[in-house]
Amino acid sequence: MTVLAPPAARTLTVTRRRRSVRAAVVTVALAVAVAALFVVTMMVGSFRLSAWEVIASVLHLEDNPSVDFVVRGLRLPTAASGLTVGLALGASGTIFQQLLRNPLASPDFVGISSGAGLAAVGGIVLLNLGGLAISGLALGGAILAATLMYVLAWRDGVTGYRFILIGIGVAVFFDGLIGYVLTRAQLSQARQAMHWLAGSVGQASDTELKVLTAALIVLLPLAVLLQRPLRALELGDDTARALGTRTELSRAGLLATGVVLVALAVSVAGPIVFVALIAGPIANRLLGPATGGILPAALVGAVLLLTADLVAVHLMPTPLPTGVVTGAVGAPYLLWLLATTNRQGAGG
Amino acid sequence: MSATSRYATRTSARGSRRASALGPGLVALCVVLAVVAFLSVTMGSRSIGLSEVLHALGSLNNDGSTNSTVTLELRVPRTLLGIVVGAALGVAGAILQGVTRNPLADAGIMGINAGAAAFVVFAITVLGFRGVGVYVWFAFAGAIGALLLVYSIASLGREGATPIKLALAGAAVTAGLTSVTTGIVMTNVDALNELRFWQVGSLAGRYAPILTGVAPFLLVGLVASLGFGRALNGLALGEDVARGLGQHVTRTRAAAFAVVAILAGAATAACGPIVFIGLVVPHLARFICGPDYRWIIPYSMLLAPIILLLADVLGRVAGAPDELQVGVVLGVLGAPAFVAVVRYAKLSEV
Repeated sequence: MTVLAPPAARTLTVTRRRRSVRAAVVTVALAVAVAALFVVTMMVGSFRLSAWEVIASVLHLEDNPSVDFVVRGLRLPTAASGLTVGLALGASGTIFQQLLRNPLASPDFVGISSGAGLAAVGGIVLLNLGGLAISGLALGGAILAATLMYVLAWRDGVTGYRFILIGIGVAVFFDGLIGYVLTRAQLSQARQAMHWLAGSVGQASDTELKVLTAALIVLLPLAVLLQRPLRALELGDDTARALGTRTELSRAGLLATGVVLVALAVSVAGPIVFVALIAGPIANRLLGPATGGILPAALVGAVLLLTADLVAVHLMPTPLPTGVVTGAVGAPYLLWLLATTNRQGAGG
Repeated sequence: MSATSRYATRTSARGSRRASALGPGLVALCVVLAVVAFLSVTMGSRSIGLSEVLHALGSLNNDGSTNSTVTLELRVPRTLLGIVVGAALGVAGAILQGVTRNPLADAGIMGINAGAAAFVVFAITVLGFRGVGVYVWFAFAGAIGALLLVYSIASLGREGATPIKLALAGAAVTAGLTSVTTGIVMTNVDALNELRFWQVGSLAGRYAPILTGVAPFLLVGLVASLGFGRALNGLALGEDVARGLGQHVTRTRAAAFAVVAILAGAATAACGPIVFIGLVVPHLARFICGPDYRWIIPYSMLLAPIILLLADVLGRVAGAPDELQVGVVLGVLGAPAFVAVVRYAKLSEV
């Protein structure tokens, strides 16, 4: 026993170290990619700028009124909303997927985005609202949908399976109502509502952006801190309880974090689909064995959304809402990752 | 010893009692389906007297009157289509949830709707086709193509198409195809207008030629699906156990997927995307009969058309003189009912 233990322990240490090195490398690489895309988004357009001009203007290093106007006035809001919304969607998506132990259980599928959508579409069509009021309604709708699901799924605690089923029901209910409201709307309002439903980072206003940024600064570290109980939950409720995790408390806390993030993201940019769904799996495949990091998933979300915005605005014949392109950008990459990791037998 | 044997007798007695209750339950559902089908033929925005309906149905040939025409050429095909399409969607959902062991799996998330929509848009923009009758075959091809793509990507690698790989590949293919379709539609107003009507998912406007076109596929698929109960029960225990029980896991999965492709593909081609049925009905069936797929499949096959036809009739009556789409009715009335069932029924996991 004493003879065998040291090599075994050493192998374990080596594996652990290799794992954490890989996680660190992937995270740093993703962060660099996000930063580069963030700058590129502000460089391109009808008035081209160099990377240095953009960085200098954002950090207030040089004083050049015309460049400042283009960068800070026009392009920074879009780029910042792409960055923050992407981070929020990626993080909340992976939180949901891990919490419910189901790769399909992203916020779009379990009714939260639908709740936000119904509130916003109702506001546009029935109350003739616009701008900040729509964002507020979307935020309220998302939180209401999440609360409704949690309350309905509660019966001596919440199990993942029941939560998913209730989520399906809630999503179908809200989608049915959205369909009804759209058929009763006038054509111009229906178009406006459809545009909001597609989701676009370009429609963000200053106030919403500030709220989302502040929330991210608080909630992302909190989510990463809460990851230990999250890991235990992945083993199943009974195991987690046996390991000493207070399952209900951790689950409620994480769920609240995820809901607030996705609700704010939807209120800023509309229900952009698929980012939350595919950011987590892509991050997991990049991370290899050390799966489940929230930070890498959030960064992947930001990469996806910034790239999608670049494609939607600059590569398409006419500028499109970002939400139209997110799937086209992320899906082929996820499929390619699936194909290659499957070949190695590590696809899961 | 005596305690265990008593327990064993009690459980087996419960099992047989369950089977003896489930058999008549199927018959009862058949009766309910017949009643609902009759309602679907008699009720609608144009009120036709009971005797006239019976007369038209009894003689089975069109005597030229408007009522007879409406009954025989609009309502009967619509009802028949509702029955086969509903049954197909319900069974396809049950089989997919069994194969992927995922309560969120349905034909939509496996790429069926996205593939069908992409091919319809292709037919409109590139080939310049118009009309529901032509879209049927493009939608069918697109649905099958998307499912094949999902399955072939998921089955790369040693373990074959595991549930998690199927779910991810399905979600990814759906995401990509939907984006491409939306992108094209947003730049091409003409295509948007056509797709808008195809995408509602409705039994309306689908008449006899479409029914006779897709019915053979649906009937073959429905008959084939009845043979999957035992295999899916094995898969539900996990691949290793299923393999240990002598099952050929890869072959079962491929066959099940082929049946789902035919059923859901033809149904979506005929009616456009109808969600809810494939996703929710298998769960309802599971609440009634427990985790045994030999019962879940026939129960889904009968429950699904009952719910679909009821929603269709309600949409016709409540929305008169217009119609409410089936999808709207299903969402607004069906979803709360489903939530209530989930909340108060005893859950058996997939």
